[in-house]
Amino acid sequence: MRFLLRRAMHTLLILVGASLVSFSLVNLAPGDFFDQMKVNPRISQGTLASLRSQYGLDRPLPVRYLQWVRSVINGQWGFSFAYNSPAGPILWSRSGKTLLLTGVATLLAWSLALPLGGWAGARPGSSIDWLTRGTVAVLLATPELVLALLLLLFAVRTGYFPAGGLTSSEYVPSGLWDQTKDVTRHVFLPSICLAAGLLPLLLTHIRTAVSEAFESPYIEAARGHGIPFRRLLLRHVLPLAANPLISLFGLSLGMMISSSLLIEAVFSWPGLGQLMLEAIQQRDFYLVVDTAVLSTAFLIVGNLIADVLLYASDPRIRTE
Amino acid sequence: MTLGKVPWLAMSVLAICHLSVLLAGFFAPGSFEVQNRNLAFAPPTRIHFVDAQGRFHLRPFVYRWVLRPGSFAEYEENQQIGYPLHFFVPGAEYKVLGIFNSRQHLFGTGEETRIFLLGTDAYGRDLFSRLLYGGMISLFTGLLAATASALLGLVLGGLAGYYGHWVDEVTMRIAEIFLAMPWLYLLLAVRALLPLHVDPQATFFLLIGVLGVIGWARPARLVRGIVLTAKEREYVLAARSFGAPDLYLLRTHILPFASGAALNQMALYIPQYILAEVTLSFFGLGVSEPIPSWGNMLNDLQHYLIWGSYWWLFSPAIVLVAVLLAYYRLFSFFKVNSFTF
Repeated sequence: MRFLLRRAMHTLLILVGASLVSFSLVNLAPGDFFDQMKVNPRISQGTLASLRSQYGLDRPLPVRYLQWVRSVINGQWGFSFAYNSPAGPILWSRSGKTLLLTGVATLLAWSLALPLGGWAGARPGSSIDWLTRGTVAVLLATPELVLALLLLLFAVRTGYFPAGGLTSSEYVPSGLWDQTKDVTRHVFLPSICLAAGLLPLLLTHIRTAVSEAFESPYIEAARGHGIPFRRLLLRHVLPLAANPLISLFGLSLGMMISSSLLIEAVFSWPGLGQLMLEAIQQRDFYLVVDTAVLSTAFLIVGNLIADVLLYASDPRIRTE
Repeated sequence: MTLGKVPWLAMSVLAICHLSVLLAGFFAPGSFEVQNRNLAFAPPTRIHFVDAQGRFHLRPFVYRWVLRPGSFAEYEENQQIGYPLHFFVPGAEYKVLGIFNSRQHLFGTGEETRIFLLGTDAYGRDLFSRLLYGGMISLFTGLLAATASALLGLVLGGLAGYYGHWVDEVTMRIAEIFLAMPWLYLLLAVRALLPLHVDPQATFFLLIGVLGVIGWARPARLVRGIVLTAKEREYVLAARSFGAPDLYLLRTHILPFASGAALNQMALYIPQYILAEVTLSFFGLGVSEPIPSWGNMLNDLQHYLIWGSYWWLFSPAIVLVAVLLAYYRLFSFFKVNSFTF
């Protein structure tokens, strides 16, 4: 329990640090949202100044940071100038969509990589192993951006899949089933893209973990006892290989969230990444800070989950 | 030391790419910004040896594309006049390495008729020339930014490891924060710090700065670990007991140890940073039109979804993949041989 508590404290500290870094970075930026109004001759300097003071933009940085922290605790997460509303509700709906996309992609990637990589590690030199290594080599060299554009081309040319967005434009809400079907069709291509970006990392690590586990002496002994291959793999090798894989799971979540920004932009998926891009273009700086901090939070919570899993699965960590 | 199989192919691909984008003006037959509005989406120019009358020419020649009447962006060759291809022809003026002017081009027709090796984009600009000029930005941003990151990591990690105590604490805590943020979000947050619209040359250095700064944490951590062990070595202790100053110790005895790790990390960063530049320019946050970069050329693809029928617009992606493959190959070669530079 102490271990978990310590990890949680650490997480909180990192989050505070990340928010400090991104807040000061973004606030050092020249110009703010109201700068665009300067070109409009009908808005006077006085109006601009009063707008700035109304939103607290004229106060010193530490004061603004504290104000922002207070509004985060309130659940407001600052104020979005472009949406003219508290940032909190926007963030929630957007991050839900990002989590949906990354969740589906994570599921897809792991359910592909685990059997493929595991088998390749168990039988090095087999045809599955060659297939795995080939996949890794091809996917490693294909940037997600290029892959996403290719898939977009595929969608546009064939018309099997929609070319982006979350729901169809002609979509009429008609029951939960239809909605699920529609969203599934839309989530398919972006999640494939995300999963493909992650696969090389997963495949190589799973393959090494399993093949290393196979070489350990006690597996050798178990094999000597005549335990059949399948039982050996499932009962003896996988638990041994699980440790690095759980850490890998935490790491993979981070990569996933990072690259989902790009995929969201290409497939116009209304998630957190797209929100950040819009916010940067519009100098909507609370949203920029919020998205940066929130994405960090997702990443860290992912790692925390991995830690908890590790704690649960490995008695050696519990005794430390 | 046996080297294993030296990746000659990867090395030559990289050498050719870097050399040709460095001397983009010479290798490109035209300029990257001259528009031919009547030649939008023209396909790659065909190079002929046999003319319309069936006569064979030793010197290859090209025909001019003309718009098929009543169509949008469908072209046919005007087979009345052939334009012979020459090597080392004078053409549009450009700057070599940004210093002196030249008019020499590697190849061309020497006349106003342009040769489009990879077709044209939506404004009728020569894609091959744009690819070369764009590579100058994309490839060298990656290279220079990776160097900047490695240097920054080397210095900060070295200081943290050598001086220890609070220097170490502060540096490593900040590094932890940088490592904890999803790096694309971090990249954009840092990019948000800088003005949106800057002139192209400033953008180039700005991108190098931004990328260099966000990547310092990983090499710094590696270097710190190495310095921590290196400073306890006996000859370092001996040198210190002779009264060697800190700076001397760091420079001659400690950092050479760590530079291998920093270089290794730099090699890993290069492809990642090339991609980062491409991504930023793709989002419109990097180099902006009319200056080409592989990123904003790919952005064109997304805008003109019709590009399915204009396959040549995809050429930046193909070159990008080739360069990345070569870099990965080179890196794995270095890793296998665990070079200590």
